[in-house]
Amino acid sequence: MSASAEATVLITHAVGLHARPSVKFTKLAKSFAAEVEVAVAANGPWFDAKSIVKVMAAKAPKGTMLHIRAKGEGAVQAVKALVDLVQRDFDEGVDHARSA
Amino acid sequence: MRVEGIPASPGYAEGPLFDLDQPPANYKAKASAEEEQVALVKAIGKAVGRLAALIETADGDAAGILEFHIAVLEDDALSGPALAAIGSGQPADVAWRTALDSEIAGYEASDQDYFRARAADLRDIRDQVLRALSEDSEAAAPPGAILYGEDIAPTRFLETDWSEGGGIALKRGSTASHVAMLARSRGVPMVVGLGDEAETLTGVALLDAERGAIVFSPSPAEIEAFRQSASSFADRLGAAKTFLTEPAVTKVGTAVRVQVNIAYPSDVDGIEIESCDGIGLMRTEFLFGKALPDEETQYRAYRKVLEWAGDKPVTIRTVDAGGDKPVPGFTVEETNPFLGLRGIRLSLARRDVFRVQIRALLRAAIHGNLKVMFPMIATPEEYSQATALFAEEEAALAARGVAHQLPPLGIMVEVPSVALAPEAFAGVAFFSIGSNDLTQYVMAAARDNAAVAHLNTVRHPSVLRLIATITAFGRERGIPVSLCGDAGGDPAAIPALLEAGLRDLSVAPAQLATAKAAIADVAV
Repeated sequence: MSASAEATVLITHAVGLHARPSVKFTKLAKSFAAEVEVAVAANGPWFDAKSIVKVMAAKAPKGTMLHIRAKGEGAVQAVKALVDLVQRDFDEGVDHARSA
Repeated sequence: MRVEGIPASPGYAEGPLFDLDQPPANYKAKASAEEEQVALVKAIGKAVGRLAALIETADGDAAGILEFHIAVLEDDALSGPALAAIGSGQPADVAWRTALDSEIAGYEASDQDYFRARAADLRDIRDQVLRALSEDSEAAAPPGAILYGEDIAPTRFLETDWSEGGGIALKRGSTASHVAMLARSRGVPMVVGLGDEAETLTGVALLDAERGAIVFSPSPAEIEAFRQSASSFADRLGAAKTFLTEPAVTKVGTAVRVQVNIAYPSDVDGIEIESCDGIGLMRTEFLFGKALPDEETQYRAYRKVLEWAGDKPVTIRTVDAGGDKPVPGFTVEETNPFLGLRGIRLSLARRDVFRVQIRALLRAAIHGNLKVMFPMIATPEEYSQATALFAEEEAALAARGVAHQLPPLGIMVEVPSVALAPEAFAGVAFFSIGSNDLTQYVMAAARDNAAVAHLNTVRHPSVLRLIATITAFGRERGIPVSLCGDAGGDPAAIPALLEAGLRDLSVAPAQLATAKAAIADVAV
């Protein structure tokens, strides 16, 4: 049986999961072999976390509880890394969020 | 009508105006679906390449947006549906437009400002690819045309055929842009900062990139005067060519070393080594364009230039990112980047990145006559920290048995603190004056701002006094002093620089001949 993982994280970044944050998010997702998906509700719809177009279509502004799930090789690490990135506000300070 | 601007690359061009800002031409359909698919994939690649080139000249915010556009363009979720639609019979432009318009409609329908704003990004992305698609069908600028518009992308410059003359006239633009550097090294006349005054875009125009002006709809008298100036410039250039292969000496027989500045390793392919005294400045920012380069990539780039130069010196500057040269993943966003974490400050803050460059330099040093200098040094502590890192990496290479050599380590003189109190730097191997930054810091006038260009002059007595201070200090202590800013290649500035004590200048390759000719005219 292949690995799978799921987690939920609150988006605190001012502009949410769009533009520059979504670039970082999808780049990080692509660095894992596992299939990774995101959703803004527990029952979906689920979007491919490696596609910036799909991730943006999920429309996840600040304050969203973002659901992340992965299956396949490195699924656990992928979910952990992506949750960390969201919790670190995508490594952007408050100043940068303004122009993101 | 004559409109004044700022000369960015000297020369004269008389020719038809070509509108850089014109809307895209119509796409011409291809014979088969396969060809249509190839055309779309190529157009997306072209748009990505163009954005990547723009990132190199963009500031932090703009670079972030461009990076976002690239990520979207590279996403199969956009190209997939378009390629499928082509497969079922649509031409590439219609398929791409339809795929994007359906995404755009989704964002436009949103009740949140933020999502509606993303529609503008997607429209921009849509049009970039449509433009790239139609370019095969688009009428290129006619030979000898003057390219006129807001600004020009480096790729546009590189795609243009300059063999029959022509020039660049920009409403905005900057003398410090990558295109301006390219124009100077290729000898393409260029004027920036013309503003919005001109409305006419038809007929022939006269571009005087020696004084910095463009004449629209010229009168016969204006044309005649222009041709006289152009021919006098050509004569001076021709006369200068005879100086090219000779060592530079002044009217009274004082020898002056003239080296060249390069930005890319491939620049040396167009230079005769006999025509110069070495490389006075090799920039390394090009290596850091898109991602942080690995040690091997850097080593090969440095080695190529060192082997080309043979015994002659090659002065490589460690990465001078920051300021107007952001590097994604390396530089930080700042409200005042020219006074922030740039040059050596950034390298010392990001030692992981700096150590990679140091190892590449130490290994390359065995292939020629290498010197290394640090940009933006303000205090002696920065110099000792940087040299300590060289010593550490040297010891590590020695322990691993890797061939290497420690080059002489010098500093750029561009922060006024160094020029005002050089005695703190008596231990450096050499000084190289970066006159562009030194001038902008002394005069508090940005070099990329047309509105304060009149203040940004190396010939201001305050700047010349600082240069004289450094040359005097160098003579007294036996420390070599050179200058590698744009002023070194400017015939109008050369007399003052030699009077300030300089005997070693480094210039753009295209300025070698005129610089040597100007030196021959000075009685120092």
